[in-house]
Amino acid sequence: MQSFYAVYRKEMGHYFVSPIAYIFIGVFLFLAAYFFNYFLTIMIQQSFSMEMQGMRFGMPPEIDVPGQVMRGFFGLLSTLVLFFTPILTMGVYAEERKRGTMELLMTSPVTETQIVLGKFFASLTLFMLMMLPTAGYVIFMCLHSDPMPPWRMVAAGYAGVLLLGGSLIALGTFISSLTENQLIAAVLTFAAFLFVWVLDLGSNADGGIGAVVQYLSVIRHYDDFTRGVIDTSALIYYFSFIALFIFLTVRSIDSMRWRRA
Amino acid sequence: MIEVENLTKTYGERTAVDHVSFAVNKGEILGFLGPNGAGKTTTMRILTGFMPATSGTARVAGFDVAKESMDVRRHIGYLPETPPLYPDMTIESYLDFVARIKNVPAADRARSVTDAMRKTNLEDRRSELIKRLSRGYKQRVGIAQALVHDPDVIILDEPTVGLDPKQIIEVRNLIKGLAGSHTIILSTHILPEVSMTCDRVVIINKGKIAAVDTPQNLTSQLKSGQKIRLEVQAPEAAIRGTLTQVPGVSQVHVEALPSSDRSIVTIETAQGADIRSEIAAKIIASGWRLFELRGVSLSLEDIFLELTTDDASHAQQPVN
Repeated sequence: MQSFYAVYRKEMGHYFVSPIAYIFIGVFLFLAAYFFNYFLTIMIQQSFSMEMQGMRFGMPPEIDVPGQVMRGFFGLLSTLVLFFTPILTMGVYAEERKRGTMELLMTSPVTETQIVLGKFFASLTLFMLMMLPTAGYVIFMCLHSDPMPPWRMVAAGYAGVLLLGGSLIALGTFISSLTENQLIAAVLTFAAFLFVWVLDLGSNADGGIGAVVQYLSVIRHYDDFTRGVIDTSALIYYFSFIALFIFLTVRSIDSMRWRRA
Repeated sequence: MIEVENLTKTYGERTAVDHVSFAVNKGEILGFLGPNGAGKTTTMRILTGFMPATSGTARVAGFDVAKESMDVRRHIGYLPETPPLYPDMTIESYLDFVARIKNVPAADRARSVTDAMRKTNLEDRRSELIKRLSRGYKQRVGIAQALVHDPDVIILDEPTVGLDPKQIIEVRNLIKGLAGSHTIILSTHILPEVSMTCDRVVIINKGKIAAVDTPQNLTSQLKSGQKIRLEVQAPEAAIRGTLTQVPGVSQVHVEALPSSDRSIVTIETAQGADIRSEIAAKIIASGWRLFELRGVSLSLEDIFLELTTDDASHAQQPVN
């Protein structure tokens, strides 16, 4: 536990002592705020025009503005995550290998699992710190809506963001452990993300292989969360995804001992 | 403290370390001497638990490096060829991190870090970022990192490489000061380093041990004969002819000194014979002018070359 915490603490220090965390969080929040404002404006305009139509023809249609904005906003968050996470994870091991500090970690009384978990949770913490302020936007909107949308929806949305982020971080750090070059890690990670993202597109087939492939897409399960639904199968999917890539990263680190240095 | 038996490491076809056996006693400094690519780093990496051996056993501080790796790692401090530093950390926070991953108890941590900085003379720069340090300071932080948990065994891979002469002397003195309380292995391809710092030397070449002894013994054991160096003004052919007639001379090598009419003569003598005065007398008697005459004893350099140069390159060397 002490060793896990030492690695975690070192990683957090690395993010916050250098400008990495500040630039990362700043740019992300700027983009997120811009798009949130955009979605909100669009939806409010739309609801007004719908109401006008309703007045002219009677029967004003029901429109759930906060719900729609949230769906759009969580969809956007997932897209931003797709672009930001590879940059977050590219250096996690690649940099360590390049600087030779991997040799220090691997000759210290620290197990590979402690190293991998320490780094994973540090990246996940930075990711959460990046996401947390955006909850302010959503909460602000909810407080000013009548009727107030259920809090469960906000909670489910952020649970989805966290699980999606965790999965991509696990995959990204695994790819980072395979190379010494950060750029290669970033490009491969981005490609891998896109792949697990669009898995559900090409497979329209009912049942059989198509259904399995669709089930494997990271974004398919995310959609449920944005609608306020927490599905057990989605939870199992994300937790298995994270566990698989953490396990593979541990094996990859261990295999460095056997490969020619 | 360290026992290595028949250690072998192969990378595919290539054998990097070939049945290496040696032992290091407590408090000793052992020098690992060999050309680049001789297998020094590989041997050290096996001892530190960084990579497993293909066959053979190694025990450090009583623990088997393969089976009790975690115990070995707790008792070992290791400075790899490039110091494993985090440029964004300060010296103090870096050493604190290393103390944490080396399982130094929380209560002793601050004291361990301060001790390591004191031993390596880093105290006055403790809050400086590592990326701002010069090469010499970085190397010192690397050494401090290997000491911070007060390990029984310290392994230093080329600790003086890339340092300036003053820094080299500092690092050597530092290493000498650590002996006694710590057992040290250091690798180098710089020969004077070994004769100055080490109690014993392992000469390794192409993965095999060529010799294990004290630096003094190695020098005397291989001193098959003495060399005499002369600077004379004389016709080249005549010198050779005349000097070979002096009893005790086994070989004469004459080399004209550029931009003068003098020659540098190197004479190899049979073992035990001191014929310097005879040679001087001979030269004076021949009416030549003698500018310099001195005995040259075989240095570790010669021994090293003798042990590590293979037959192929011997054949290429010009016959004196």
